[in-house]
Amino acid sequence: MREITYRDALREALREEMLQDETVFLLGEDVGRYWKGAFKVTKGLAEEFGDERVRDTPISESAIIGVATGAAITGMRPIAEIMFGDLSALAMDQIANQAAKLTYMFGGQTKVPLVIRMPFGAGVNVAAHHSQSLEAWFLHVPGLKIVMSSTSYDAKGLLKTAIRDDNPVMFFEHKLLYNIKEPVPEEEYTVPFGVADVKRKGEDVTIVATLYMVHKSLAAAEELSEEGISVEVVDPRTLVPLDKQAIINSVKKTGRIVIVTEDCKTGGVSAEIAAVVAEEAIDYLDAPVKRVAEPDTPIPFSPPLERFVIPDEKKIVGAVKEVIH
Amino acid sequence: MVTLKKEMTIALYRKMLEIRYFEEKVYDLYGQNLVPGTIHLYAGQEAVAVGVCANLREDDYITSTHRGHGHCIAKGAQLNRVMAEILGKKTGYCKGKGGSMHIADFSVGMLGATAVVGAGLPIAAGAGLSIKLKKTDQVVACFFGDGASNQGTFHEAINMAAIWNLPVLFVCENNLYAMGTHQTRVMAIENIADRAAAYGIPGVAVDGNDVLAVYETAHEAVDRARKGEGSTLIECKTYRHKGHSRFDPATYRPEEEVEQWMKRDPIAQFKAKIFEMRALTEEETNKIEQEVTTAVEDAVKFATESPQPTPEEALENVFS
Repeated sequence: MREITYRDALREALREEMLQDETVFLLGEDVGRYWKGAFKVTKGLAEEFGDERVRDTPISESAIIGVATGAAITGMRPIAEIMFGDLSALAMDQIANQAAKLTYMFGGQTKVPLVIRMPFGAGVNVAAHHSQSLEAWFLHVPGLKIVMSSTSYDAKGLLKTAIRDDNPVMFFEHKLLYNIKEPVPEEEYTVPFGVADVKRKGEDVTIVATLYMVHKSLAAAEELSEEGISVEVVDPRTLVPLDKQAIINSVKKTGRIVIVTEDCKTGGVSAEIAAVVAEEAIDYLDAPVKRVAEPDTPIPFSPPLERFVIPDEKKIVGAVKEVIH
Repeated sequence: MVTLKKEMTIALYRKMLEIRYFEEKVYDLYGQNLVPGTIHLYAGQEAVAVGVCANLREDDYITSTHRGHGHCIAKGAQLNRVMAEILGKKTGYCKGKGGSMHIADFSVGMLGATAVVGAGLPIAAGAGLSIKLKKTDQVVACFFGDGASNQGTFHEAINMAAIWNLPVLFVCENNLYAMGTHQTRVMAIENIADRAAAYGIPGVAVDGNDVLAVYETAHEAVDRARKGEGSTLIECKTYRHKGHSRFDPATYRPEEEVEQWMKRDPIAQFKAKIFEMRALTEEETNKIEQEVTTAVEDAVKFATESPQPTPEEALENVFS
């Protein structure tokens, strides 16, 4: 199978959906022909579809999401790009109070088919305003679906599903994933929401990891296998809807769970997954739930500081060993 | 000057009365503990919604605010279902999930009221973008208050509508007070319409208690928008008859000021003009008044007799 980057996989999904459905259009800061997206995801799309459908906007995050929402409730399928996830704070009312709530508040009179793409994550030394993982903010807002794809294959298939969904979908990417190259079929496919993927099968410990942490967990699992510890890595792929059953099934098999996420530990996604296990699978656990997450600090700038707070293979290996012994 | 055609006169007078009588009933029902939550009455501002919406087609859009009953009625929503929503009933437009501050009727292009001040402006611009991308000749009227014009969304949305030439009327209902805060305490200009210059679109300040003046101003703006000539900021200077919300006695408003504005009641003024211009006879206005009284009473009957939603419905409509 051919291999393409995560970036190209996203672009293929955008392009294919724009070709199939005239109501799909893109808007965001510098997504157009001049800059092609801060991470070049939208490269070539303005040339192919025109500036009307690949629309550069002023630096106005609130209006980007509000305008996209207004277009969505009047028959379009906008895909809004927020240049860095951190900047979603500027658009929070439009995301959390408007887009997420209109369907409910108006008694189901309208749908809001809107995709909001944004890159998350640390690792490139851009400090506290361009490095956060803020999925927990949105997890707490009813009415939003949440996608976190860790591979090129999932990125393409999930983005296509997101664009066809009739609800606001928060589509989180990770800066360090854009250049990974992985097999993606040439032929059309989609990946459904709410179906986790077991990225590595194992018997002794379950790791549930999201986004870039899937890759670090897989590397840790490889390292642990050399010591005879068999780790299963489960990637939920979507947090809303969450495939609870896949997590529970894995825990039933292994009896041990380590949750690895890049967001802050307190009130984070890892806490929610731990709660699911506590409520629905605690009898299968042979050891306490262990979490590896960001230790509740802003993301620091200097490389040794940043490395210290972000989960890595060593911390994951350490956590797995703690639940084994 | 608009020639006061009979059909138009009747339509404007009837709609303004519908809103006024409707709001009076809502006020009464609130007093009887039949309205949960709070209410923000539109009484006094009728000329704005009616004057603007009289220029709109059913397939045109509007967005509204927490003070939105008047906008709904002016755009053609049914009194029955608006009243039922205010009472939290199953038959309300939003099945009781929205209430007074969040009514929508998508079947007549009423895209909903938002209770976050200023949040409707970008949404209205988005509906405008939708129209532009679909290449239809619809327009959007976005209602908001003087308070909303100090939100960042006012700047972001009007700027975007201006650079993209979107068919949107930004209709600022300046009723002088953002809750208890007088305009002069929160802005250093007299006319909010002047802010249009910052975006390169026309800005017009108009007497918001004169339904014909509002109608004419909106007419021109709608005309421009339909022709693809872009947005207009219209500031309608008006006054709410009651306090901000049901619990507000509005003691921060000087008595003389209230008296002055009550003398300029948009409905009384229009009625005087109707007789002055001999557009309708007293018999005809009486008939309209009687019909509207009945329609509003019917709406109250419909709403009070409608069933409550079943509690489990709270779990529906989170997603489409």
